[in-house]
Amino acid sequence: MRLRARNLAHAYDGLAALGPLDLVVEAGERLAIVGPSGCGKSTLLAILGGLLRPSGGRVWFEGEAPSGSIVPVAYVFQDFALLPWRTVAGNVALPLEGRLPRTEIRARVGAALARTGLSDFAGRFPRELSGGMRQRVGIARALVVEPGVLLLDEPLSALDAQTRELLLEDILGLTEGATLVWVTHNLEEAVRVADRVILLSARPGRIRAEIAVPVPARERNRPEAVPVLARLRGELWALLREDARRAQTEGPP
Amino acid sequence: MSAREVRLRARGFAPRRLPGAGAVTAVCVFAAWEAVCRAGLVSPFALPAPSRVLAVLAEMALSGELLAHLRASLGRLAGGWAIGMLCGVLAGLAIGVSSLARSVGLPLVSALFPVPKIALLPLLILWLGIGEAPKLATIALGTFFPVALSTASGVDQIPRSLIRMAQSFDLPNRAIVLKVILPGALPGIFAGARISSSIALVLLTAAEMIGAEYGIGALVLQAGHLMRADRLLAGVVLLSVLGVAIGAGLGALERRLLAWR
Repeated sequence: MRLRARNLAHAYDGLAALGPLDLVVEAGERLAIVGPSGCGKSTLLAILGGLLRPSGGRVWFEGEAPSGSIVPVAYVFQDFALLPWRTVAGNVALPLEGRLPRTEIRARVGAALARTGLSDFAGRFPRELSGGMRQRVGIARALVVEPGVLLLDEPLSALDAQTRELLLEDILGLTEGATLVWVTHNLEEAVRVADRVILLSARPGRIRAEIAVPVPARERNRPEAVPVLARLRGELWALLREDARRAQTEGPP
Repeated sequence: MSAREVRLRARGFAPRRLPGAGAVTAVCVFAAWEAVCRAGLVSPFALPAPSRVLAVLAEMALSGELLAHLRASLGRLAGGWAIGMLCGVLAGLAIGVSSLARSVGLPLVSALFPVPKIALLPLLILWLGIGEAPKLATIALGTFFPVALSTASGVDQIPRSLIRMAQSFDLPNRAIVLKVILPGALPGIFAGARISSSIALVLLTAAEMIGAEYGIGALVLQAGHLMRADRLLAGVVLLSVLGVAIGAGLGALERRLLAWR
C-alpha cells in the first residue's frame, strides 16, 4: 500500500506546527522522519494514522491492503499504550475482538506472540514485563492486524541503550517488506532503519531534506556499512544542528 | 577529619499494615468498656456493658426481631445503593466521555452533591407517597452523587494514549467504552462505592428513623424513646458491623477486579 499526503498542514490554537508538506511513502518502503524537538514529527504521524484532523491538506492510501488486513494502518506508541488490566495475549487480541471468530483470534494472537518471542509471557500483565518486553507487546498488537502501513512513534525512546539495540534488530526482522513510517529524534536509529530519511525543519515542520540510505536493510549490521551510515548521520546532523539549537531556546509550542 | 558513619536519612513516611493491630485495639477498647461498667463507674442505664449489649442482640436473634430489622434494612440498603450506583456510574461515564454531558452534568452534580439528602425525604414522601419508595430514593440520591463524581474522575485518570491506541485500531466507540474506559475507571468507581456505602448507611438509618416500623434506624429510635440504652447500642453495633462487612466485601471485590494494579 502506498501512503500519500498533499498540502498537509496543522496548527495548534492558530500557531503553525506543521507544513504545508507533501509526502509519498511507497509500498514496502521504510521511511524515517527526523527533525528538531517540536517540529511536528509526532503531529505528522498522528495525522497519517488518522488520530488527528489536519488543519489543511489530505492523506490517502493507494493500492490494496494485504489480504487478512484488519485495519489499513497500525500504530506503535512511544509509551507502549498497553491496557494494564489485560494480559499480554489480551492486549494483542484487542484489535481483533468483534471482528474475527474466536478461534481465528487465538490463532493470530498465538502466531504474533511467537513471532515476537512472547509466547511464554501470554498470561502476564504489562506491569510484570520490562520496558523492552512491553514494546514487543505493542509491536505484536500492531502486527496482528496485518496492516498495510505501520507507523512507529519513537518506539525505542523509552528504552535503555541495550534494549533499544536488541529491539531495533528485532523490529527490522519482524517488519521486513512492510511499509513503515518511523518517527525518531535519534539520527543513528533513522539511518539504521530507513530506506529514506526525511528531515523536517524547525516549527512549522516542512521537509528540509531527503536522504536515501544506499545500504540494503539486511547489510546494515555489517562492518563495511558502519562508515556509510556514520557519514549519513553526520550529514543529517550538519543540517539539523542549527534548528535543534534554536528549538532548545524556543521551547514547546 | 574524623571518620563518621553515614546516617540513614530515608526513614519513615512508608506506612505498612500491622496484621492484627485492629483486632487487638478493638479487644482492648471492649475490655476497658466492660471493666468500667463492671466497676460501677458509669450507670448501666447510660452506658450498658458490652456483655449486656451482646445479650440483647442474642435475645433479639432468638425472638426473630433481629432478622426482621436486618431484612428490612438490608433490602432498603441494597435497593437504594444499587440504583444509586448504577445511575452514578452511567452519569459519571457520560460526564467523562461526552462534552455535552460534562458541560451540563458536572455543574449540576457539583451543585446538588452538598445538599443533605435527608432534607429531601419529606419532599420525596410528597412525591412518592409513604412506603419504601422515598427511603430507597433517599439512599439512591445519597449514593448517586459521589459515585458520579468518582466515576468521572476515574475516566479523567485514564491515560489518553490508551484511548488513542483503541482509536488507532478503529475500534467502535462502544468497544472503547466497554474495553478501555469502563475498566480504566474501575478504581474511581470503587472509590465512589466505598464513600457512598457509608453515606448510604447514614441515610438508611435517618430514613428509617423518620418513618419505618422495622429496620435498624427504627430500632435505634424506638430504643431511644424507651430509654433502653442496651437496645440502642445493639442497633449501633449492628450498623457498625454492617459497615465493616460492606467495606470488607468491597475490598475483596476490589482485590479481585483490580488485581492488575
